[in-house]
Amino acid sequence: MKRLPEPPEDVVVNLLRLANTRIPDDIGWALEAAAGWETGEIARIQLGAVLENIKKAEHLGVPMCQDTGIPVFYVRGKFDSSIVSAIAAGVEKATRIIPLRPNTVDPITRENYGSNLGPGMPVIHFVPGDVPYTEITVLPKGAGSENMTRLAMLNPADGVEGIKKFVQGAVLDAGGRPCPPSVVGVGIGGTSDRCAAMAKEALLIPLDCDNPDPVLGKMEEELFSALNSSGLGPMGLGGSSTVLGVRIKKEACHTASLPVAVNIGCWATRRASARIWDDGVEYSQGAVF
Amino acid sequence: MSESDVRSLKLGETVYIFGPVITGRDEMHIRALEYAREGKEVPPDLEGAALFHCGPIMRDNGNGGWSVVAAGPTTSARMNKLEPEMIRRFCIRAVIGKGGMSKETAQAMKETGCVYLAATGGAAVSLAEGLGICKGAEWEDLGMPEAMWRFETDRFGPLIVAIDSQGNSLYEKVSSSLVRVF
Ligand code: SF4
Repeated sequence: MKRLPEPPEDVVVNLLRLANTRIPDDIGWALEAAAGWETGEIARIQLGAVLENIKKAEHLGVPMCQDTGIPVFYVRGKFDSSIVSAIAAGVEKATRIIPLRPNTVDPITRENYGSNLGPGMPVIHFVPGDVPYTEITVLPKGAGSENMTRLAMLNPADGVEGIKKFVQGAVLDAGGRPCPPSVVGVGIGGTSDRCAAMAKEALLIPLDCDNPDPVLGKMEEELFSALNSSGLGPMGLGGSSTVLGVRIKKEACHTASLPVAVNIGCWATRRASARIWDDGVEYSQGAVF
Repeated sequence: MSESDVRSLKLGETVYIFGPVITGRDEMHIRALEYAREGKEVPPDLEGAALFHCGPIMRDNGNGGWSVVAAGPTTSARMNKLEPEMIRRFCIRAVIGKGGMSKETAQAMKETGCVYLAATGGAAVSLAEGLGICKGAEWEDLGMPEAMWRFETDRFGPLIVAIDSQGNSLYEKVSSSLVRVF
């Protein structure tokens, strides 16, 4: 449903509110499914607490997790440079009024900027496109999961087996730290920087759609069942729901390289998008990349 | 919480806390230990505390008071280097967090009588409800996430005894039996 036009700054505030207070449908369904198949008592308590928390956050209109993260933005379609200051203003305002936790600090002095801004913030990725709208997507990324990010420049000879082994290691070594059951974003190929970016973009792909590439789709399935039979379980306390889904993206790479990146999204994999048309704004939580 | 209360808790058991809880993350640990080593005064709440690894979202009530909006656990492993000394110096009785802690920390828990309680990661709204009334903060200059917030809790949980006062760890049990398919 299209809403009346709003200034881009307010669209950003609405996006941050939506993403932080309401879980995307696909993630919510996956959590409910996991609660259905879990048998361990401790695991069931964890999933029950997560589901109850999601309901309360939506009902009260408050962030579902205290770590409202670093908001990572993706701007696609039609835009000009004014979008940068509009997004920054929206982040500052959202931090004050929702409220979000002020998370950005100087990396050396550790002094908090208080606004979720600071040099290089907010992080914005741009993809220009020939469409009559601007699409802004936000992915608030908490540190518990972001700190578990892994990048490997594998040997081409390591192949698919090497990739699967690396992804499995990244998820299992992370243990309970990224608040499993998690969503596993994987980037394969590209350059080292593109590969890391792809792994995060993979978290924007809903869990309830098939990978258009059957080879990647098969890897997603194999990793999903392997990780869920690992025994790690919710919060690393044991159980059969370690991941809610695995999403893989690939791009071309150098003939001598096989870059692989893993970006873990916690159970609170949050996202929201808005399409800004000339005559109104449309919101959704099912970003596709 | 007394030592004998804590010693009676069994691995894997579910518990709730009724009573005082303080929050503390990296910066609070660093300052508490720095002050204690230099013989400077530290907040009395630290003694025998239930210490929650958490950087909450707090709302200023406008009348000098604060209320808690969202308060889930942060990753405890970041405090591994500092926690054993915290536990020994201040006789911390319970550390509450997510993801578990090191063998060294478990050893300090065993010696002094302390447990590690796992809170559900990200269950920040439910846990904030259980934290109840905020009794103010110490060291607010550290910033909202890093300050030491004081709460009088009312049914704070569910919490799982994930390291008991004998140093046994549920995380170790799980990680030592992980199945690696690839
Ligand atoms: S990992 Fe996710 S759910 Fe867990 S504390 Fe961080 S942001 Fe919240």
